[in-house]
Amino acid sequence: MYTTDLSGKDKNAAVAGVAEDPALIAAFEARVAADEFIEPKDWMPEAYRKTLVRQMSQHAHSEIVGMLPEGNWITRAPNLRRKAILLAKVQDEAGHGLYLYSAAETLGTSRDEMTEALLSGKAKYSTIFNYPTLTWADIGAIGWLVDGAAIMNQVPLQRTSYGPYARAMVRICKEESFHQRQGYEIMMHLAAGTDAQKRMAQDALNRWWWPSLMMFGPPDDKSPNTEQSMRWRIKRDTNDELRQKFVDITVPQAEAIGLTVPDAALKWNEERGAYDFGEVDWEEFYAVVKGEGPVAKERMQARQKAWDEGAWVREAARVHAEKRAAAKLAAE
Amino acid sequence: MSDPSKEWPLWEVFIRGKGGLSHRHAGSVHAADAKMALEHARDTYTRRMEGVSLWVLPSAQIVSSDPGDAAALFEPAEDKVYRHPTFYKIPDGITHI
Ligand SMILES: [Fe+2]
Ligand SMILES: [Fe+2]
Repeated sequence: MYTTDLSGKDKNAAVAGVAEDPALIAAFEARVAADEFIEPKDWMPEAYRKTLVRQMSQHAHSEIVGMLPEGNWITRAPNLRRKAILLAKVQDEAGHGLYLYSAAETLGTSRDEMTEALLSGKAKYSTIFNYPTLTWADIGAIGWLVDGAAIMNQVPLQRTSYGPYARAMVRICKEESFHQRQGYEIMMHLAAGTDAQKRMAQDALNRWWWPSLMMFGPPDDKSPNTEQSMRWRIKRDTNDELRQKFVDITVPQAEAIGLTVPDAALKWNEERGAYDFGEVDWEEFYAVVKGEGPVAKERMQARQKAWDEGAWVREAARVHAEKRAAAKLAAE
Repeated sequence: MSDPSKEWPLWEVFIRGKGGLSHRHAGSVHAADAKMALEHARDTYTRRMEGVSLWVLPSAQIVSSDPGDAAALFEPAEDKVYRHPTFYKIPDGITHI
């Protein structure tokens, strides 16, 4: 998921050597356990702060990088209605990134530091955005599946323990539902169209289904930080729980428009009241985390290019503002 | 490496949801000056008619109370129950009070 820790190393390195007052830690843990909100100026353990900065900035990066696969189709949207919708959606994703950067900054890490961590490869973003958008149907599949999976993860985070993060999630969740519905609508229309259009929709589902399931992160038994994150209320459901929920909700949506989920093992389990489904290719997942996704290089090149080409604008605006402020001061 | 002095300053954004309501904190934006801060606040926080008026002010200008002082600041109010109407017992039968 956007928020599943993909960083791999230096988990608790930050805490080593820092002796924190056990009474403060106990009081903090008790507040969090009582579902109280932690605010920026409240005392918090260093490990909580670090984990949150990592999680929130990774989430923000995912929103920003997530604009690239969809941005790829803005100029080629099939009609004006679709184009206006896609533009609005991509603009929302920029907004989501900014809400989250702004919330993460309250923890004492600057926006530029986070951007640098992304560009240097130190910070991660969701693996899903390292897959290419080959046809227009991919825009439908992304809205339906990728935003759908994001909603599943984000809704419980509206009650996450860190106040600014929870409030950012409330704002984001309000906007996500349109993203998913416009995607499903695209799929619906294609699936009801010509044979070629239907094939295109099915092909997009075939390619996006498994990467979407990977968005929830590794299986619970391979996700060592889940327990601490759940205790800290910065994760509210396990990866496998959310994945199951996603499958159960999405399969009937596919069936309703005559598309087939590409999983031979998929079968309704009467006893569990849930779908059994096949094993995700975790080798592929870990390879993409490591940066071997089909278009991982292009994504970072695009971000780097935007950053570099914006440098003179940032500089000019800053110097201009400083000059005007100085002139105003002199005139007073 | 990032140089904090080169980063556009941070501004806090407050939105009046509709006429009659007070402005409420929404989040923050980076901007070189006040005019740009308003523009960024508009693009970032009001894409769906979330407001009718915006305030932005430099984050550095906000003075806030220390959470460590919360007890001293807010608890004295707790033993002043006579500040609440329910403190007063009015006999049954007396109305409009
Ligand atoms: Fe988003
Ligand atoms: Fe979205």
